[in-house]
Amino acid sequence: MTKGTVKGIISNLVYVEVDGPVFQNEICYIDFHDIKLMAEVIKVAGNIAYTQVFESTRGLKPGNTVEFTDKMLQVKLGPGMLSKNYDGLQDDLNKMEGLYLKRGEYTDPLDEDSIWKFTPIAKEGDTVMAGDWLGSVPENWIDHKIMVPFLMEEKYRIKSIVPAGDYKITDTIAVVVDDEGNEYPLTMIQYWPVKLPIRAYQSKPRPFKTLETGIRTIDTLNPIAEGGTGFTPGPFGTGKTVLQHSISQNAEADLIVVAACGERANEVVELFTEFPELDDPRTGRKLIERTIIICNTSNMPVAAREASVYTAMSICEYYRSMGLKVLLLADSTSRWAQALREMSNRMEELPGPDAYPMDLPAIISNFYARAGYVYLNNGQIGSITFIGAVSPAGGNLKEPVTESTKKAARCFYSLSQERADSKRYPAIDPIDSYSKYLEYEEIQDYLNQNISAGWVDKVYKAKDILLRGKEAKDQINILGDDGVPLDYHSRFWKSELIDRVILVQDSFDPVDKSSSMKRQAYMLNLLLKICNTEFDFESYEELQPFYSRVINVLVQMNYQSFESDKFKEYEAQLESILTERRV
Amino acid sequence: MAGTAFQKIYTKLTQITKATCTVQATGVGNEELATVGGRLAQVVKIIDNKVTLQIFEGTEGIGTDAEVIFYGKPPTLKVSEQLAGRFFNAYGDPIDGGPEIEGEEVEIGGPSVNPVRRRDPSELIATGIAGIDLNNTLVTGQKIPFFADPDQPYNQVMATVALRTKADKIILGGMGLSNDDYLYYKNSFENAGVIDKIIAFINTTDDPPVERLLVPDMALSAAEYFAIQKNEAVLVLLTDMTLYCDALSIVSNRMDQIPSKDSMPGSLYSDLAKIYEKAVQFPTGGSITIIAVTTISGGDITHAIPDNTGYITEGQLYLRRDTDIGKVIIDPARSLSRLKTKVIGKRTRADHPQVMSASVRLNADAMNARTKLENGFDLTDYDQRALQFSRDYAEQILAIDVNVDTEEMLDKTWALFQKYFTPEEVGIKDEFMKLYWKKE
Ligand SMILES: Nc1ncnc2c1ncn2[C@@H]1O[C@H](COP(=O)(O)OP(=O)(O)OP(=O)(O)O)[C@@H](O)[C@H]1O
Ligand SMILES: [Mg+2]
Repeated sequence: MTKGTVKGIISNLVYVEVDGPVFQNEICYIDFHDIKLMAEVIKVAGNIAYTQVFESTRGLKPGNTVEFTDKMLQVKLGPGMLSKNYDGLQDDLNKMEGLYLKRGEYTDPLDEDSIWKFTPIAKEGDTVMAGDWLGSVPENWIDHKIMVPFLMEEKYRIKSIVPAGDYKITDTIAVVVDDEGNEYPLTMIQYWPVKLPIRAYQSKPRPFKTLETGIRTIDTLNPIAEGGTGFTPGPFGTGKTVLQHSISQNAEADLIVVAACGERANEVVELFTEFPELDDPRTGRKLIERTIIICNTSNMPVAAREASVYTAMSICEYYRSMGLKVLLLADSTSRWAQALREMSNRMEELPGPDAYPMDLPAIISNFYARAGYVYLNNGQIGSITFIGAVSPAGGNLKEPVTESTKKAARCFYSLSQERADSKRYPAIDPIDSYSKYLEYEEIQDYLNQNISAGWVDKVYKAKDILLRGKEAKDQINILGDDGVPLDYHSRFWKSELIDRVILVQDSFDPVDKSSSMKRQAYMLNLLLKICNTEFDFESYEELQPFYSRVINVLVQMNYQSFESDKFKEYEAQLESILTERRV
Repeated sequence: MAGTAFQKIYTKLTQITKATCTVQATGVGNEELATVGGRLAQVVKIIDNKVTLQIFEGTEGIGTDAEVIFYGKPPTLKVSEQLAGRFFNAYGDPIDGGPEIEGEEVEIGGPSVNPVRRRDPSELIATGIAGIDLNNTLVTGQKIPFFADPDQPYNQVMATVALRTKADKIILGGMGLSNDDYLYYKNSFENAGVIDKIIAFINTTDDPPVERLLVPDMALSAAEYFAIQKNEAVLVLLTDMTLYCDALSIVSNRMDQIPSKDSMPGSLYSDLAKIYEKAVQFPTGGSITIIAVTTISGGDITHAIPDNTGYITEGQLYLRRDTDIGKVIIDPARSLSRLKTKVIGKRTRADHPQVMSASVRLNADAMNARTKLENGFDLTDYDQRALQFSRDYAEQILAIDVNVDTEEMLDKTWALFQKYFTPEEVGIKDEFMKLYWKKE
């Protein structure tokens, strides 16, 4: 194995003089007193390897010895990851001792002594390849497939496989043989280098279904596809994290991986505290049972922050290969980009815009490309839907991370400062935001079939109303309330109706926080009906009191369980208010 | 914080900039402390035998033959109960004429708390100021700055807030504090008779700017001692973080780092996060709450300093002089405490969240009406009422000199709602309307 010696230290960038071959992204360990600090090679020049250390380098000295591992940064995959809290390098945070994170303490992501009920799927004599299902174990309520390791590149014949029964993850559950007769004993554990995508699938079709998030402004106006990608840029405090948390609670996915990347520790603590208590609205089980949290908060080492999103994505790919519907939420991918910038600046590389590395757009787009809907080799389907938060510097969307992400992600949910300031949460701007999927024919067909005939037209109709309302509002602001025709006021109030009743959603209300698609369809139909109704007004001053009452009743409906007696009571009230002025 | 344990002496400086110098030396550790010509310095970069140090007092008069003595350890602070009631400089040396502190020597800027060992903050901090308690409730373990223009009375407001809270210890980290403000804090603490729960680390405008870089870590190391060892609720006041950032940029620019936005170092976010993330609630009851001041120029919050701060802290408070009432208020429109949702309606009356958002919304309507007025448009009846509401609201509830409990703030707000609006305009859930909207 190659060895080296520390030559220089600038913050967490360490120059290592090496005595043999090293490769890009190779992991090495720096000896420091009685501990070892993990680092990754990020550039090689002559016999100097530039490494980024995943820990504080305080006290490190030139002359410290370094051992290379001949491996890239990898995750350890197997049953037992669900409900775990990992750091960016997949260390199990709960296994760490003491109050503080200790340098050089790396813990096992899996529980090697745990026992699992294994049921074989494949049988002796079967031909298998990477990603094929050998058997399964129940993990919480997921049918966790034990697969041929993704790193095994050949075709193999199963020589033996254990019968159903209880096994440790370290037990050999099958032996496979390659063409040359080499035998490989397989356990329930496998490893994968996080920076590479797992490609053990047949094909990746265009997404053709939507994924319900429970958030009306997304599902109704700009739906995201299952296996799709989206991102939420927004200035600080506009609601990116609240939105991600509420999607993580309500989205219809089998498994949620939350990557808290360079953000606040308290926000993660909130997940730790709430998820074991909160029910999954679809299954009634606890949310934590379908969740994996990867947290590398802003005060944790910067290099591990970059690693954290890859760790999260690799875990998603692993579960996708089991035929599951996985949702990955990353907050915030800007912090990951900033980690890249910090390193690139320390290496004195030629900077791109805003001092980010030149290849930032490529890095981001490669990452987003790992999401997607797949047909597995056995014909089953699996998906990773990915939604990333972006934190644009100065709230300016014309900055490199936002622009690069815009090229990579298909849904753009732009959080607006103005909406946040006026407490219109979620602050997704209905005019600037878009979902490319809404233009997909496959998705349109899916929506029209699964929600109601003509649904897509209705969605566009609602978007029109919002846009025309905004135009009318601008005119009113310029010309004054009585300087415009009455019709302008009516347009404005119709858009206000859709805005306040559909777009605005109270994430902290037990009922309103999540809307089923059935309910969303009902409400949109109801509102469009009101928008299509002609009302009688003498002067613009009559609109505000009338619409305030209409909106108020509709908002009360939002707070009631769908189709409950209360809900219907408000609906009846609504009807009588409407009757007052219906032409 | 100077030590004498194990020292190596070098005298060959190869480069000197305004804030840093480079010396040929071996066996030196990263972030190690040293003196250069008698001035404290810290290692920031090592390439082979070239060691770069940032010199806290600046490099004026430092010669290429200056004596460089390495201490073999990073900056430290001695912690014990003796810290209470004492004033120190940025190095942790007493400036109040009292004795040196005896206690355990800890490295400042130490490791992060394992997130799974934290507890979700849920203890409300009452201040009697409606701009905080009603609209932007603070919680122990929170970190939040005042975004203030340099001419606003932020130090006074912060001292008021600190004194009204029930913190066990108040730790003041002053960076580039004017001597007047320093004395103001000192006097307010003395007058309030709480000096024995104050600890201060002070860098004034008279002191060299780079020294400031030590202040937050000093203050927070002291805070960790009391929060962890003594399970105390510690409030840390950091003022002015903008001057701290300026010092950061001086050092990084001298080290030829490529500056990113507003000539701040690309690592500004991580640098600030390391400080603010020390705010924590422990399961054992100890906590560290950070209230900071970030001065902004011309209200520009897109500048890298307030921008990065906003992305790290849990909300921000804006001071505004309300010209209608001639008093300072905490601006309801732009201020935000992110952690308020953890306590309002749970630790306070159930109608609190709805009353808060309704009043903020109605107040925003008043702001729109004002814009209309300024643009020469006629006001509707609703606009007029919103304006009147907003004035009363500022005067009777928000003004910083009003000191009442949350229940009273809520009752007063309901009274104003009823005075100026219809139930529909207020738009609060029926269950609360039934309870608090008085029948005529
Ligand atoms: N849907 C919502 N309903 C009610 N309040 C909300 C909602 N979304 C956001 N907020 C309010 O806005 C605050 C900030 O939201 P959030 O933490 O999600 O912002 P953010 O965009 O993630 O900011 P940052 O970039 O600083 O992390 C919350 O603490 C809450 O008070
Ligand atoms: Mg956030």
